[in-house]
Amino acid sequence: MPTNTATDSPEEHVRNPALAGFEVHGMTRSSFILRGALAAGAFYGTAAVTPFVSQALAQTGGGDVEILNFALTLEYLETDFYTVKGKSLALSGQAKAYARQFGAEEADHVAALTTVIKQLGGKPVAKPRFVFPASSESSFLALASVLENTGVGAYNGAATALASKQVLAAAGSIVQIEARHAAAIDLLLGKSPTPSGGFDAPLTKAQVLAKAGPLIKG
Amino acid sequence: MSSPLTGDAKMAGPSPEDSAPQPAGIVERLVRDDLDRKRFLRMAGGAGAASFGAFVMAACGSSKKAATTAAAPAATSSSSSSASATNGDVAILNYALTLEYLETAFYERVLAANLFSGKVGALISDFHRQEASHVTALKAAVMKLGGTPAAKPAAKFPIENATQVAGLAYTVENLGASAYLGQAGAIQSAEVLASALAIHSVEARHAATLGTLVKKSITPDGAFAKPADMSTVLAAVKPFLA
Repeated sequence: MPTNTATDSPEEHVRNPALAGFEVHGMTRSSFILRGALAAGAFYGTAAVTPFVSQALAQTGGGDVEILNFALTLEYLETDFYTVKGKSLALSGQAKAYARQFGAEEADHVAALTTVIKQLGGKPVAKPRFVFPASSESSFLALASVLENTGVGAYNGAATALASKQVLAAAGSIVQIEARHAAAIDLLLGKSPTPSGGFDAPLTKAQVLAKAGPLIKG
Repeated sequence: MSSPLTGDAKMAGPSPEDSAPQPAGIVERLVRDDLDRKRFLRMAGGAGAASFGAFVMAACGSSKKAATTAAAPAATSSSSSSASATNGDVAILNYALTLEYLETAFYERVLAANLFSGKVGALISDFHRQEASHVTALKAAVMKLGGTPAAKPAAKFPIENATQVAGLAYTVENLGASAYLGQAGAIQSAEVLASALAIHSVEARHAATLGTLVKKSITPDGAFAKPADMSTVLAAVKPFLA
């Protein structure tokens, strides 16, 4: 699953001036802290603020990259599900149309997440191999419902841990699409499009893995 | 999960009495008055910049002395930076509350007009109940932050026939989803953010459901939903204020 990259370490940020200067114009919370701490350092001496600089750096890139790589794995899974598994089954009508549309949109998410991870100086995870237990249109749709609803909970659960406001905006933009997919699939199945009622429950990483993990074959 | 907003929110900001009072109905006034709106948006921008100091202090944790040191460079830009962080969240919550009041009122009128039955009628009923639960939750969240919840605005909606109403509902829900998305980055408190996200994706589910009913795209923005800023949203809901 998420791999730790060199940029996870605060030291790497300091060694690499390009990364240390990432979004110094105030797009991330940590760069705000960093800028404030460095400004204070000019007044009070570098030694006094060093602990705060380290703390700021520990909160940046690394955590976001790990979360984004987790999301990327889920998006790879969804893309494969719609484009490969969906194509292998004789889907008809609306199910076929959704598989085509959603597969293309999930692939766009894969491309976007890959780009953002690289922008943060991280290394995108490789696409795993997947196995989908679906052999008919109905089992395909049932699994689609699980995957999309899990996707919503995964993004909602991880979003508050993101340090960068830009990454948060991207995650929000994607989770809204997952929610739309989930609603459409659930309606097609004759189920409620709002399975959690008025508030979508956030999921922890462990809860997401319990649903998606068995489909990942390394 | 009945309402994530009524849980125990840990406030990083000041105690309620430190916050400037939030006049009830401020968002509604903003909707009605263009000049007020421009003034408010300018103010909100200032609050965003001022929250820098508040965040430094929160991030530095228990070490008060060092926190003050780190925040010092920012102090020149604001005299009450930590209060601004909370005020910013209260303003956003009241903005969301006003939108939820409008959505709830809309579905109330739709249900009263008795235009839908069967499965669609049940969905409209669900959506009405869910918007009402958002109102309850947002009011509780505003009060938890020491703010005054925005007053319920007087609303009016064109209710003609099932097709027209479903189309309007589709527009309103898409607007709601983009309004929440537009605020995500401005929210300071992690608890408030979590709650806003929990509502955001439900608005998206409503929008998609209505898209299937009116045979319009369930993802009108494509693979990436677009945010809408406060000014755009307030202008869009203006026709619905009585």
